[in-house]
Amino acid sequence: MPSVMIRVKENGALLFYIAKKDQEDEIAEVETDTEESWGGEVLLTDGSRYYVDPITPRPSFPTTLRFKRV
Amino acid sequence: MSTMTREETAALIQEVLEVYPESAREERAKHLTVNDQEVEQSKKCITSNRKSLPGVMTIRGCAYAGSKGVVWGPIKDMIHISHGPVGCGQYSRAGRRNYYVGTTGINTFGTMNFTSDFQEKDIVFGGDKKLSKIMTEIEQLFPLNKGITIQSECPIGLIGDDIEAVAKQAAKTLEKPVVPVRCEGFRGVSQSLGHHIANDAVRDWVLGNRDEDTSFVSTPYDVTILGDYNIGGDAWASRTLLEDMGLRVIAQWSGDGTLAEMENTPKAKLNLLHCYRSMNYISRHMEEKYGVPWMEYNFFGPTKIAESLRQIAAFFDETIQANAEKVIEKYQAEYQAVINKYRPRLEGKRVMLYVGGLRPRHIIGAYEDLGMEVVGTGYEFGHNDDYDRTIKEMGNATLIYDDVTGYEFEEFVKRVKPDLIGSGIKEKYIFQKMGIPFRQMHSWDYSGPYHGYDGFAIFARDMDMTLNNPCWSKVQAPWLKSEEAAEAAVAGA
Ligand code: SF4
Repeated sequence: MPSVMIRVKENGALLFYIAKKDQEDEIAEVETDTEESWGGEVLLTDGSRYYVDPITPRPSFPTTLRFKRV
Repeated sequence: MSTMTREETAALIQEVLEVYPESAREERAKHLTVNDQEVEQSKKCITSNRKSLPGVMTIRGCAYAGSKGVVWGPIKDMIHISHGPVGCGQYSRAGRRNYYVGTTGINTFGTMNFTSDFQEKDIVFGGDKKLSKIMTEIEQLFPLNKGITIQSECPIGLIGDDIEAVAKQAAKTLEKPVVPVRCEGFRGVSQSLGHHIANDAVRDWVLGNRDEDTSFVSTPYDVTILGDYNIGGDAWASRTLLEDMGLRVIAQWSGDGTLAEMENTPKAKLNLLHCYRSMNYISRHMEEKYGVPWMEYNFFGPTKIAESLRQIAAFFDETIQANAEKVIEKYQAEYQAVINKYRPRLEGKRVMLYVGGLRPRHIIGAYEDLGMEVVGTGYEFGHNDDYDRTIKEMGNATLIYDDVTGYEFEEFVKRVKPDLIGSGIKEKYIFQKMGIPFRQMHSWDYSGPYHGYDGFAIFARDMDMTLNNPCWSKVQAPWLKSEEAAEAAVAGA
């Protein structure tokens, strides 16, 4: 269950950052991304998948969340 | 020697690895690679931030060095106690050339060494009493200090002293911030974890201090400089450019910085981050907690400076953006003259770098502005995210080496035959004796600044001075020279 900081990149994409692993990857897809909630399964550009229970209301970024590996 | 192909470089790596015993060879192979700009993520081609192998020559430092030497030490109006035996602080004292203004010993303490000088009895009975005693003493002798940090050396963690409790107590009696930092040297694999621990200490003990205090009047143009250690005056050469643009620099952190500047940093509009490796943690934290955005910039060489100035300006309104253009224009004649003068003397020269956590990628642009080419680079303590940022900066088929060992570096140099090497004091004399021009790229070889337009002029001069120095043709003893060379010399005389 890595704790992940999500921030908005200069190009507008969301960046998935795991401090422990110095991993920085863009988020390619999010399962739920609406006005009210954000989360579910997340696909990164490197092909790996993570999961977080959808959060309501949609959090403002940057924020730190605990993800599960899928 | 002409540029090496991908196969040649890969073969060179294999050849160098030959001498190691099998397990060491496997381990080291992961840290050496041939650059391929196609690769998006460095973790596919290089491993970094791992423990160095026993038996090889590494030049890394320890976590204490990362915290005391890099992040905390240059906060000039605080006193940083090297808590533990005397050596760690004394042998590294005043080595980093972070310039500052102030009267040392009165209101600034940058180059002084404060230590609790542990003796056997402190190890046996614990050093907490001694620590609180020396803090009282410090307060009597140096009443103008703005706060104290306790930088733990190895024994503190080993004997389990409770420096946090002592710090809290002292903060009450002294009525000043007292920051315990758990940066014992054995933590982590290099100084890099020390940076992180120091960043966390700033977060926990300093950053929130003025959250309630509204006396600081901020403007929409407030920026801060993080991760510029003012080596030889670097941060000053950067600051003037930002001020020319109409921005107000409200904090300089670990380069001529003060505690108050650090405390006011969350009130800035933008944090400018030069050394990503050592300060990204706190920048990320401030973005999350205070909503202060941060960006990485690069003030080495006119190309990168112009790029960075424009990027910085893009965070602000049109006036600032127009000003950025004006600044670039203002200095154009100046830097063009530098290029015109030195480029013909340096064109086509090949450089190998091996520095700490930022410069292996950041200086490349400055060399390219002078027509030089960086053919090999590597970090002492970089992480994957640093290598991610390096791949695109380096040419294809160039060498990349992580935590390179003394042996590997020498072998690479013998084969690649660069015209110039940029690295640290520990490498300097080996390569100079091999007859290869060398510049220290940690301390700027006691020169500097190298940042900003002013710094670029000095950088170019220094590279020329080193590379084209007539001494390099005199390194070989006359009787070892080949006969033709000797005859040519006679004929020439
Ligand atoms: S490793 Fe420990 S003993 Fe050595 S310099 Fe660092 S803190 Fe001091």
